[in-house]
Amino acid sequence: MTTATAEIAAPAARRWSAALRPAEWQLVLPLALAYAAFFLVPLVLLILVSFFDDEKITTMGGAQWTKFLGDRFTWKVIADTLKLGVFTVAATSLIGVPVALVYLGASARWQGVILFVVILPLLTSVVVRTFAWIVILGREGVINQTVLWLGLSPAPLRLLQTEHGLVIALTQIEMPLLLLPLLSVMSRMDPNLRDASSALGASKWRTLFRVTLPLSLPGLVAGCMLVFASSTTAFISQLVIGGNRLVYLPLLIWQQSLVVYNWPLASAAALTLLVSVGLGVAAIAAVGRRGHAWALR
Amino acid sequence: MTGTRGHTLDIVAVTHRYGAVTAVADVSLAVRAGEIVALLGPSGCGKTTLLRVVAGFVRPQAGSVRIDGAAIDGLPANLRNVGIVFQNYALFPHMTVAQNVAYGLEARGRPRAEVRRTVETFLDVVRLGDFRDRLPRQLSGGQQQRVALARALAVEPTVLLLDEPFNALDKGLRLDMQIEIKRLQRQFGLTAILVTHDQDEAMSVADRIAVMNHGRVEQFDTPVNVYDRPATLFVSGFVGTTNLLRGRALEAKNGCAVVTLDAGARLTVRTERAFTAGVPVVLSARPEQLCLYTAPAPERWSVTRRLSVPLGPNTMHDLETRDGATLKLIEPRHAYGVDAKEEVWCGLRPEAEPGLFDASSI
Ligand SMILES: Nc1ncnc2c1ncn2[C@@H]1O[C@H](COP(=O)(O)OP(=O)(O)OP(=O)(O)O)[C@@H](O)[C@H]1O
Ligand SMILES: [Mg+2]
Repeated sequence: MTTATAEIAAPAARRWSAALRPAEWQLVLPLALAYAAFFLVPLVLLILVSFFDDEKITTMGGAQWTKFLGDRFTWKVIADTLKLGVFTVAATSLIGVPVALVYLGASARWQGVILFVVILPLLTSVVVRTFAWIVILGREGVINQTVLWLGLSPAPLRLLQTEHGLVIALTQIEMPLLLLPLLSVMSRMDPNLRDASSALGASKWRTLFRVTLPLSLPGLVAGCMLVFASSTTAFISQLVIGGNRLVYLPLLIWQQSLVVYNWPLASAAALTLLVSVGLGVAAIAAVGRRGHAWALR
Repeated sequence: MTGTRGHTLDIVAVTHRYGAVTAVADVSLAVRAGEIVALLGPSGCGKTTLLRVVAGFVRPQAGSVRIDGAAIDGLPANLRNVGIVFQNYALFPHMTVAQNVAYGLEARGRPRAEVRRTVETFLDVVRLGDFRDRLPRQLSGGQQQRVALARALAVEPTVLLLDEPFNALDKGLRLDMQIEIKRLQRQFGLTAILVTHDQDEAMSVADRIAVMNHGRVEQFDTPVNVYDRPATLFVSGFVGTTNLLRGRALEAKNGCAVVTLDAGARLTVRTERAFTAGVPVVLSARPEQLCLYTAPAPERWSVTRRLSVPLGPNTMHDLETRDGATLKLIEPRHAYGVDAKEEVWCGLRPEAEPGLFDASSI
């Protein structure tokens, strides 16, 4: 009797297990749920909160937005934040691209060394790196001692709490974000392409500008996007090196949310940061596409 | 297109090492103007390295490369005017077919109108005129290879180097491209080196073949001579199929050697080489140089037949000698009707000239 039941039950069980086997789209559910819970929900909350007029979050309205965007100081902060991103992207690219080219031409052993040096900053905490930069950039820091010793300037340079100093520090801090995608694209490039170019009579420079760089462009664009997004939102470095004199959007958000406790205004500032960084990244992507079209011309 | 005619290429005593590995060892080749030479050899024998030396991508530790008698060792790759087609074609993936072909002309600073005209000419030469605006990834393997050829030819190189250009192609296409390359090479009177490890390809395309092994050139001769008169045991085994029969030399004089085979026969073989009596030798006989008999006689040795398979108009027999060696024998199919178990006798065809090599070297 038991065997008979089992025989009847078996196809049913099979049908059940088939029904329980997840379809492929269901496999993405855990990630999608985590995404919804930790990204979409907070974002929606952020948008909602920004539309309250008072700090106690009781009456809805657009007063905070009008106040925030109507303030000329806000626009200066937005501009400074974007400028910081642009400068950091420019500085990391100017140093990173030659480094990547050196990497490309190096022997396997040296490539390992370069890669290690590139990754090294990622292995230390941002806080530690930032404080190290204070030691380097300070009045009695390494840079100033060198400058004075070389007689390049009569008095120590002011580097801490200046935009220059911050860009210098961010350049080192964000460098891995530029180099990793760039190196990965470059080292996947067929070395025969460069040989083919020179066999066709192209000089080193022609090969660089017509073959190597255009083909590395996707990596460079990806790296620039990461550096831009990361440097404009680098709260700790901005605060520790820039101090209170340099105000960027992250600092504004922190002041409004945790010092003044004006959450609607903080939310408006946070959304502004999100949008402006998003626009900046989109602009880099557009420039990248232009560059690609130019290389293809 | 007149500039491509008649350039000689001399490779003189070139040696190149990568660390402890000697990739090319004292190689000398004199390639005549308008000649196509195949570099044939097993994987890792240094064929690509030799090409890279000629192209100027690597500087050899010793030796010299000369074009029309003038040494080009001091010239960087971009001033050598040597065309190269890579095994993977190495087309610029971000440029269209026409831009790829124009690349070398632009690098030489030719005027725009001339560049456009030349590109058209060479796209027509490789019959790709309709594909000029496609990107390389939108082309088939054979088409990509023709672009690579057009790109290399457009700058009118003195020498064309082809590194296993047919490797990625399937068999039918391979034959088409071999004919195509031969046609272009004739049309432009190009001096060319073709790297391959496919002996049939070397035989059909090249005027002369340089057989390489372990960085050395073992023989540099016409395809017929390389096949019929291999200079070394390696060449006899690498080019074509061969049977190796061990034995001892008894005497050698007047261009003939008498050998006793371990398989049990005494043969007289024509050879130019001298052998001291008693040295171990290896007789290398091609499958078509052997013959089957149903009766014993002098200069024949007994074999057992293990398998016979038809091979086009021929029959291929798989035989075993008394000392346990296996032989392959090919002969025109005829109605012997000998039973598979029957003992048969094997001998050399009367006109056959098998190779005889000193075996103390191996
Ligand atoms: N860049 C390199 N560094 C170190 N050793 C190398 C390098 N290139 C080639 N070799 C070595 O030199 C030898 C010859 O290599 P090469 O590429 O010339 O052979 P090949 O005849 O072209 O072989 P294949 O038919 O497989 O292409 C090999 O032993 C190889 O391992
Ligand atoms: Mg090779």
